[in-house]
Amino acid sequence: MNEMPVVDAEAGTLLPKISAKKVQVFYGETHAIKDVDLNIADRTVTAFIGPSGCGKSTFLRCLNRMNDTIDICRVEGDIRIDGEDIYDPKVDPVQLRAKVGMVFQKPNPFPKSIYDNIAYGPRIHGLSRSKADLDEIVANSLQKAGLYEEVKDRLDEPGTGLSGGQQQRLCIARAIAVSPEVILMDEPCSALDPIATAKIEELIDELRENYTIVIVTHSMQQAARVSQRTAFFHLGNLVEEGETKEIFTNPTDRRTQDYITGRFG
Amino acid sequence: MTDTTAQTGRAVAAPARKGSLLEVDSLTRKRNAAEARFKMYGLSAVIVGLLFLVALLATILSNGTSAFTQTFITIPVPLERAEIEAAEKSIVKTSKYRAIIGTAFANVLSSAGIETDMSAKDLDKMMSSGAAASVRDFVLANPASIGTTHTFDLLASSRVDGYLKGRVTREDLINDKNLDAAHLDIVDRLSAAGIVQKRFNWQFIFGADASDSRPEQAGIGVSMIGSFFMMLVVLVLSLPIGVAASIYLEEFAPKNRFTDLIEVNISNLAAVPSIVFGILGLAAFIQFAHLPQSAPLVGGLVLTLMTLPTIIISTRASLKSVPPSIRNAALGVGASKMQSVFHHVLPLAMPGILTGTIIGLAQALGETAPLLLIGMVGFIASNVPDGVAAGFLDPNSAMPAQIYEWAKRADPAFYERAWGGIIILLLFLMTMNIIAIILRRRFERRW
Repeated sequence: MNEMPVVDAEAGTLLPKISAKKVQVFYGETHAIKDVDLNIADRTVTAFIGPSGCGKSTFLRCLNRMNDTIDICRVEGDIRIDGEDIYDPKVDPVQLRAKVGMVFQKPNPFPKSIYDNIAYGPRIHGLSRSKADLDEIVANSLQKAGLYEEVKDRLDEPGTGLSGGQQQRLCIARAIAVSPEVILMDEPCSALDPIATAKIEELIDELRENYTIVIVTHSMQQAARVSQRTAFFHLGNLVEEGETKEIFTNPTDRRTQDYITGRFG
Repeated sequence: MTDTTAQTGRAVAAPARKGSLLEVDSLTRKRNAAEARFKMYGLSAVIVGLLFLVALLATILSNGTSAFTQTFITIPVPLERAEIEAAEKSIVKTSKYRAIIGTAFANVLSSAGIETDMSAKDLDKMMSSGAAASVRDFVLANPASIGTTHTFDLLASSRVDGYLKGRVTREDLINDKNLDAAHLDIVDRLSAAGIVQKRFNWQFIFGADASDSRPEQAGIGVSMIGSFFMMLVVLVLSLPIGVAASIYLEEFAPKNRFTDLIEVNISNLAAVPSIVFGILGLAAFIQFAHLPQSAPLVGGLVLTLMTLPTIIISTRASLKSVPPSIRNAALGVGASKMQSVFHHVLPLAMPGILTGTIIGLAQALGETAPLLLIGMVGFIASNVPDGVAAGFLDPNSAMPAQIYEWAKRADPAFYERAWGGIIILLLFLMTMNIIAIILRRRFERRW
């Protein structure tokens, strides 16, 4: 706690939920993330865009220490959530991941019932005292993920039997069920058709009221539609970060402009 | 420079296709021929394999099924108190019983109208030398039967059995001092009268092995129990040890030179000849740890060593085949590494683990070589072990060792039993494989 996160110095009312300073990530010898400084505001949607291999997913996975599961991966620098250093040796990544939920690129429901998919997180974290509690958490999470009406009569059917879009919303509901404060989404719509994508985007917009959302996306239209702020990554560098509108209409960096106008990537 | 690339570029570019699509050009014809040839090779390989399998099964069945029937002689034996008491007082009790049976047999012959000038001793050769013991066992078990006449189905000798099964012919008997053609004439007539009959032989399945002179009494039952206790040891030890080792190696162990070395060595262990495990077991368990010789416990320990690599390899393969997305999903909702493994990965890997375990067990069940070295071969277990502790610790044999033992003996009657034993062993293996298939179907989940 030697240094409190920047809260008021940043203009505007957005308080940074997450602040990253001088973050470096190495995969063995490869320098995947170079000196990234970034503040992520609370209760907003922040989009990470950039060409493939630019490090946006890697950086996202630093925020809930999913990179810990990769042996050769090394993270340096300082990442704080609510002012607490998440790479402090005292931090248990398991507790961190309950606070920072994650939704993956491909829908990955457990091969269990819809109910059990959602109830799993609350169960292992001891969030419910009774079956009725758990039922409520499940129903609530499904409602928040906009899936409740579609599946309420078949909660005991396998989650893997749902359509792709439904599966992804189930994964979002599963992430919500452990009451996280931050939800990380790693290209959540890349495996979905446009209609399912539209539903997820709508959902992200609703979730913004209660959660800090960070979304990695390949689609610039999607970033423009769902996010308030956008960060552009290129070759492991954070090139530019700002209001989404600004980034898309008036980027300051040449590389950003080239990317959003489709000259590379 | 640019010129040359331009030229080669032009040269490489395919020339426009000449001719009609309806004509097959020579290159295509060649490729199609190669494909057809390859299909033929494959098919003939499969056919050769199948032919071998059919030949194997046919031989086993044709040689082995006769072991499941046995010839019995039905004789009503009067159990008179005076005679029984006299026999029990004598030193060689069974020979007195033999005399009682001999008289009864002579009566059977005369009442069936079969006349013979053979002595009682000669007639006795038609019966198993174990017949007297079985009559005595019955009398001791049922004292109330003394004074009555009880009808026994007594085992015929292996020569008589062989004659009825077509194994022993009249020509064979020229050099046989036990039986001659006169005996066979009597057997023919007794058989016609229904006194000598072939029946299903439960004793072969449930009984104990017998000495060289009584092949008709030998059964595989006791060695089956030996195999059962061995498999119990193998299952109880190798499944938890193997699965724990695989989970650790696959999910938790750091990937470094040391774990690489372990990995290579486990793969090598799987290829080590089983007799090496046998001598290791002899040195470690019997000579060093002083565990009893010929005991199923030791056999089980040796087979555990042999089965572990198989189980570890198949378990690791099935853990690897669980998609990483499931692990990520569990970690993503805040499960610990262990929770993600035990709640999600392990249940999905279960069918593979069970299949691997059962196949490992089936291999162990059929293994003979290591048993040679720890003394489970060549031992005749004459009694069913009483109790579980005795089952583990008393000297016993195992099914494959028993088969090997029978195949070694001179009397062709044992040879038939070796084939019969193989049928039983194969039935066990088939059952285990079917269980593996059922378990796999049952636990398999799609995602």
